[in-house]
Amino acid sequence: MANLSQTLFNGVSALGGWVLNTTRGMIIEVGRINLFFTESVRLIFAKPSRFPEIIRHMEFIGNQSIGIICLTGVFTGLALSFQLYLGFKLFNAVNMVGPTVALGITRELGPVLTGLIVAARAGGAMAARLGTMRVNEQIDALDVMGVNTKQYLIAPRLVAAFICMPLLVAVFDFVAMLGSYFLCVKLVQLDEAVFWQKIADFIEVKHINEGLIKGMIFGLYFAVICTYRGFNTTGGAKGVGDATNEGVVQSMVGIIILDYFITNLIRFYYNIAGIS
Amino acid sequence: MKNVSAVSIRDLKKSFDGGKEFVLKGINLEIPKGSLTAIIGFSGTGKSVMLKHLLGLFKPTSGEIEVLGTNLATLNDDELTKFRCKFGVLFQSAALFDDMTVLENVCFPLFEHRRDLKESQVFRIAEEKLVQVGLESKHYHKLPSQISGGMQKRTGLARALALDPEILIYDEPTTGLDPILTEMVDNLILSSHKIKEGTTSIMVSHDLSAAFRIADYIAMLDSGRVLLYGTPKDFFETDIELVKKFVNKGIKHQ
Repeated sequence: MANLSQTLFNGVSALGGWVLNTTRGMIIEVGRINLFFTESVRLIFAKPSRFPEIIRHMEFIGNQSIGIICLTGVFTGLALSFQLYLGFKLFNAVNMVGPTVALGITRELGPVLTGLIVAARAGGAMAARLGTMRVNEQIDALDVMGVNTKQYLIAPRLVAAFICMPLLVAVFDFVAMLGSYFLCVKLVQLDEAVFWQKIADFIEVKHINEGLIKGMIFGLYFAVICTYRGFNTTGGAKGVGDATNEGVVQSMVGIIILDYFITNLIRFYYNIAGIS
Repeated sequence: MKNVSAVSIRDLKKSFDGGKEFVLKGINLEIPKGSLTAIIGFSGTGKSVMLKHLLGLFKPTSGEIEVLGTNLATLNDDELTKFRCKFGVLFQSAALFDDMTVLENVCFPLFEHRRDLKESQVFRIAEEKLVQVGLESKHYHKLPSQISGGMQKRTGLARALALDPEILIYDEPTTGLDPILTEMVDNLILSSHKIKEGTTSIMVSHDLSAAFRIADYIAMLDSGRVLLYGTPKDFFETDIELVKKFVNKGIKHQ
């Protein structure tokens, strides 16, 4: 009996220790990311201006993502519309497919899917690039050349992601609605005028803005996580792989979690501002 | 060693695990201005860690580092960043930016710190530096991945020289190179050291014959401490057993 209680005590003690250490580690890591983020944001406004770098990263994050965003957007619109059409047909409400797709896309699917896609594509590339620069001593080389590495490497990426993400969300929304239009009007022969009118009746600017705001936050979030992981890479090729993996996974999971909280925050704001 | 010190290290200690184990256990070193000093020692004795302290990339656990009369501990991050312009560093891997051409790599520090210059002037200075290190113009517009290891070293050295630094640092510049390239890099180090009067060069190296051939002073590190610091002659005349063994084996091996 004494042995059993001792074993139980040891087990609980080990579990408690693990929980404590993990929580402590997480708090320290969040603190470090926070410092990294605030320092990088401060450096956005520092001299010399990194405008050419911002444009270069915008071209990479924004322009080079348009193709994949259009492709996923159009098929998301098609698939979602088809599923909703099948459902709404059961109780004769097919005219509501358009606005339901539009609300779902602009408020949720647009920013979330764009966030996930761009985090995987551009975020992964950021972490890998910075990780490689770290292990190849290129970041050390910048340091000893008297270049503020956070200002040169991190701040422009954060700005570029922050600016590009809402634009990509807008592209995703637009293309997804084209997909929805194609399915509803051209394939299942819903009335075109009713399709657009219903969307106009239900969609408001605030719904679109909600998605764009989420896009900005997701952009900033994945850029911070991926640059942080890449910038602090240790070890060789394995380190770069681990940094990329951690950056992408943490960005994607974080975007989905963040989405829930932002949605609630926006609802809360609408409630206190008296917006219906 | 009566000259003014370019680098003065006093009782430098460094631990990466909160004081449990020390990589540097109290380094004391005075490197005279205008000298070429080689830092030698077994692998893992703290040579590169010491070098990173000189550059302000690591903060000491205790001790002081004074570079060109400035105590690095008194500088904040922004001041330290500016102060590093006084250094030119050739890394072991050359550390060239792989998305920039050879010429752009050499132009980079000039664009960063000599904003008073016109673009054409920057390119002219960069080309001068590339000529100094003996790189042919047909390679200027190639990416680092398109040139040989020796050419990468030359480019790295031209980039290190771009701002006419007061202190040139070479971190194991000949590691992994064949004997011919090694000699070429050694000669480049020697000629770069002589380009500007008063330039202090510090070379971390395993290449003992080069260290004895080109260095004015040599410091040998062992277990985080300076075992011997002196002229090459002092190293041949020393009674310290470990130094004798290291020198004899090193020279024989090479």
